[in-house]
Amino acid sequence: MQGAIETSETILNSSVDPAATKEVAHHEGHPDLRVWGLLTFLASESLMFGGFFASYLIYRGGAANWPPEGTEVELLVPAINTFILVSSSFVIHLGDTAIKKNNLNGMRLWYAVTALMGATFLGGQVYEYLTLGYGLTTNIFSNCFYLMTGFHGLHVFVGLLLILGVLWRSRRSGHYSATKHVGIEMAEIYWHFVDIIWIILFTLLYILTMF
Amino acid sequence: MTKQLVRKFSYKRLILTDEKRFMAQAQLPLNTPPGMSGDSAKEHPKAWKWYDYFTFNIDHKVIGIQYLVTAFFFYLIGGLMAMAMRAELLTPDSDFLDPTLYNAFLTNHGTFMIFLWIVPAAIGGFGNFLVPLMVGARDMAFPKLNAIAFWLNPPAGAILLASFFFGGSQTGWTAYPPLSLITNNIGQSMWILSIVLVGTSSILGSVNFVITILFMRVPSMQLTQVPLFCWAMLATSVLALFSTPVLAAGLVLLLFDINFGTSFFKPDAGGNVIIYQHLFWFYSHPAVYLMILPIFGIMSEIIPVHAKKPIFGYKAIAYSSLAICFVGLFVWVHHMFTSGTPPWMRMFFTISTLIVAVPTGVKIFGWVATLWGGKIRYTTAMLFAIGLLSMFVIGGISGVTLGTAPFDLHVHDTYYVVGHFHYVLFGGSVFGIYAGIYHWFPKMTGRMLNETWGKVHFILTFIGTHLTFLPMHELGLQGMPRRVAMYDPQFISLNQICTFGSILLGISVIPFFFNALWSWMYGEKASDNPWDGLSLEWTTSSPPLIENWEVLPVVTHGPYDYGMNGRSATTDKAPSESVS
Amino acid sequence: MKQIPVSLLTLVAGVVIAFFSLWVGQNHHLLPEQASEQAPLVDGFFNVMVTIATALFIVVQGAILIFAIKYRKPKDDDSDGLPIEGNFSVEIFWTAIPALIVIGLGIYSVEVYRAMGGFDPAGYEMIAHHHGASSAIAKMPGSAMAAPIIADSEGTISETASAPVEKKYGIGATPEEEGKAASLVVDVTAMQYAWIFNYPDSGVTSGELHVPVGKDVLLNITAVDVIHSFWVPQFRLKQDAIPGQPTQLRFVAIKEGDFPIVCTELCGSYHGGMRARAIVETPEKFDSWITENQVAQQQESIQTVATNPTDLPTSEFLAPYTKEMGIDAHSLTHLHPGAIVSSMSN
Repeated sequence: MQGAIETSETILNSSVDPAATKEVAHHEGHPDLRVWGLLTFLASESLMFGGFFASYLIYRGGAANWPPEGTEVELLVPAINTFILVSSSFVIHLGDTAIKKNNLNGMRLWYAVTALMGATFLGGQVYEYLTLGYGLTTNIFSNCFYLMTGFHGLHVFVGLLLILGVLWRSRRSGHYSATKHVGIEMAEIYWHFVDIIWIILFTLLYILTMF
Repeated sequence: MTKQLVRKFSYKRLILTDEKRFMAQAQLPLNTPPGMSGDSAKEHPKAWKWYDYFTFNIDHKVIGIQYLVTAFFFYLIGGLMAMAMRAELLTPDSDFLDPTLYNAFLTNHGTFMIFLWIVPAAIGGFGNFLVPLMVGARDMAFPKLNAIAFWLNPPAGAILLASFFFGGSQTGWTAYPPLSLITNNIGQSMWILSIVLVGTSSILGSVNFVITILFMRVPSMQLTQVPLFCWAMLATSVLALFSTPVLAAGLVLLLFDINFGTSFFKPDAGGNVIIYQHLFWFYSHPAVYLMILPIFGIMSEIIPVHAKKPIFGYKAIAYSSLAICFVGLFVWVHHMFTSGTPPWMRMFFTISTLIVAVPTGVKIFGWVATLWGGKIRYTTAMLFAIGLLSMFVIGGISGVTLGTAPFDLHVHDTYYVVGHFHYVLFGGSVFGIYAGIYHWFPKMTGRMLNETWGKVHFILTFIGTHLTFLPMHELGLQGMPRRVAMYDPQFISLNQICTFGSILLGISVIPFFFNALWSWMYGEKASDNPWDGLSLEWTTSSPPLIENWEVLPVVTHGPYDYGMNGRSATTDKAPSESVS
Repeated sequence: MKQIPVSLLTLVAGVVIAFFSLWVGQNHHLLPEQASEQAPLVDGFFNVMVTIATALFIVVQGAILIFAIKYRKPKDDDSDGLPIEGNFSVEIFWTAIPALIVIGLGIYSVEVYRAMGGFDPAGYEMIAHHHGASSAIAKMPGSAMAAPIIADSEGTISETASAPVEKKYGIGATPEEEGKAASLVVDVTAMQYAWIFNYPDSGVTSGELHVPVGKDVLLNITAVDVIHSFWVPQFRLKQDAIPGQPTQLRFVAIKEGDFPIVCTELCGSYHGGMRARAIVETPEKFDSWITENQVAQQQESIQTVATNPTDLPTSEFLAPYTKEMGIDAHSLTHLHPGAIVSSMSN
């Protein structure tokens, strides 16, 4: 068992041709496959954001001034939010490193911190919505703005639930260990995904509107 | 007939791996029926009972059959809508259906046929049933996810049907804004919800296929021994993963425009209606390949088996699936040649569209060449496969003409297009699904379909298809637009031919339906390998054991090695041995 | 059979198929009459495709049929067929030949498209100078049509509503016409179930399209509510009418006659009844038609009060146009679609 998991770790961490190791992958590789499945799903999911981004860029290209007057974005809160979310990706990785060293409490600490940062991000987002002074239906820019940030916020929320789920499950002793922590890994991957999407979103919605 | 698939067991090793597998799966949900636990696994496992097919079952074979039966039900509904529309078109005036209802029918006919019949039947049905069996896996990679993906389909269909209580969506399956923003908001919103559900189902299913095909092949299977159906499913799944989310994005924007006051597609408020068309067709053109690539896979399985000949050009056919998948992502604007598209776009997508014809041609020629020098057995499955080949040539040729912008300016959105895509989707996809059912019915149910009634079914369908869809080309060229409930009196005779053809098609389903129903209950018992197939699904019993095999088979040669590896081109009277 | 070598048979078959395909390509009579300068271009291109398609059809279907008959399983023969797994040169052959054909067709279609005026590089700017699309709409009676027909416009004081004339997509000047202004400009407005034609030079508004034969005509196409599509089958030309996105078609009618204008984009319940007539007549007849209509329309007071058409019932909303469309208000209220078709074709 032990040996098998080690092999599967190798598969995960190196780009070994799956065909070459398929015997292992078939018989012992199910945990790995969940990670691969999640990656495949996220690749697909990113294209949904891709659709939004492409539409946004077309709207932007077709407009005389962007964003239109009266719907400018503020920068301070989103910048702090970005900082929090990007750092949380490092924090969650510390949790993953901890569990690999069989440090369950360390993992729980870092994941709790990540959850807190995620919640702060969502709070900041809500605060921004409340103080912007315009709503979803004001104009085409605000349509895009609220839809894209809202949709991303939904993903942050799902990520938050995943992290809380990990924390909930970790109460049972032996549920996670150095050799058995696919759930933790998946929550982390998902969190990184949410983070990457935010960086693109921040560039498009905030930084690009400065020029 | 396991002699062909010589089982050189290293018996000890297989038992060993089997035990290891059970250990590894201990942490995974295993769909173990009552009376079968890890200990008693060596006993002959029981089969599923009929009521298991109505539950949240995570066996890929149950899910496959659930997909096929559900899809067939929706096919009948979509077919009835089509026949009602054809009845309306018997006369030039709008006198049978209310024009509003006509539009609701044409929208939902398209939606049911695409999203709830062909896609679920070809990908969900055959894909789920066959892929694990063909690659020698005991189930899909994520069985629970698989079941969830299926159970998104019935509610999607139910929502579409329920939308008729609110008038139904009436804006065509394309749902172009601004029309879709101002026409029957409730029906349109329900339509969007339904499509999002089947889209999600499609994405979840595709994740499963990609992972299963890439990682769960039986260890002894080389890449060149993977059945071509699996290659096709791989291409299909990748395509679905890349394109479906973009449609979802478009539909979310549309939903917000309808219900939440945004103005993405409202031109008078800064919106842009063309963006929707791009988002829509970025999915919906690949959707055509989603509907035909699995069928190509089915063809590549059926033709060699019933011609008893190796497939001509395995690699060419496998790679052409991937090529279609890749090029297919970059042709979507050919649906928008008359829309707001600049000249360079119209030209670029003319060329890219024409290029798709090359890998498609490679497949067609490969199948035709497979027939050459074969020993063709005219089973119903083979008749449908050859019928498909002939139909698809017509649909493919008219497709090339449609792909060129200057000619498309004339025939875009006319009956020429309707004729073209029905040759591809009915003469292609539906024929392929029928062929697949006749071919794998013994494996799925353990009983043979009646061949005589099968042939009646084929002849009716073949004639009906040509009668219904061939005159449509001429109608379109002469000036009849599509999606109309009324037309110029000059088109009356051709329209009547189409309507009579559609009645024939309607009748053709009857022998099939009762044949399937009767054979499933009382049909002749099927042997494990009635067609002398060489791919792995034929090495297990009919219907397969719950975990597919007691011991995993060892692959010693390819799935199409007819006349090779000890199989002689002379008479071979090898007795069929059952799995011990 | 034994005496004739296969190569000779193939050669004969090839020659016969080639000639037959060429004949079919020229004599298929599948298309309606040609009434615009673009039509012969499209038809020539179509004929080439029909020729290739016929040859391909016969060869492939013939092969299927011959193989299907010749290689059927003999009775009591359970052996396998020939173990042929492929043939590299044959596969290259049937990859390369279709590739060459489609590349050829691609180049040819670009050429045809250019000749039809699809590339018109400078056309739209010149047009924008003379007749902006917005001014065309303003001249129409009941110009409030341009006001938001889509229900929701809450808080959407948009700058793009009065946007400058954008790039126009569609068919513009052919290479010969390049740089020249069209001799007749017609502003075409599509709305749910009607086409309105406005002649900005003479101020005539009509429900029929009248064009003089042999003259260079430019249609500026817009839509006020949903997407429609302008198609005259005899012209072989089609262009969507898109709200918020002006499009154009430029053509020379080469044949007198009365042709149908068909809406080919699903636009609502009565999409099938959305028809108009394109009447191609001699320049003299055309001029007198313009004069007649100018007189007639001066007598009508031009409606200037802006009303939101969404507030009106269909009959009232369409009332200003019924005269031009040749429908009486009574039939409009009933809007029996069959009646529209027959009154259109009368």
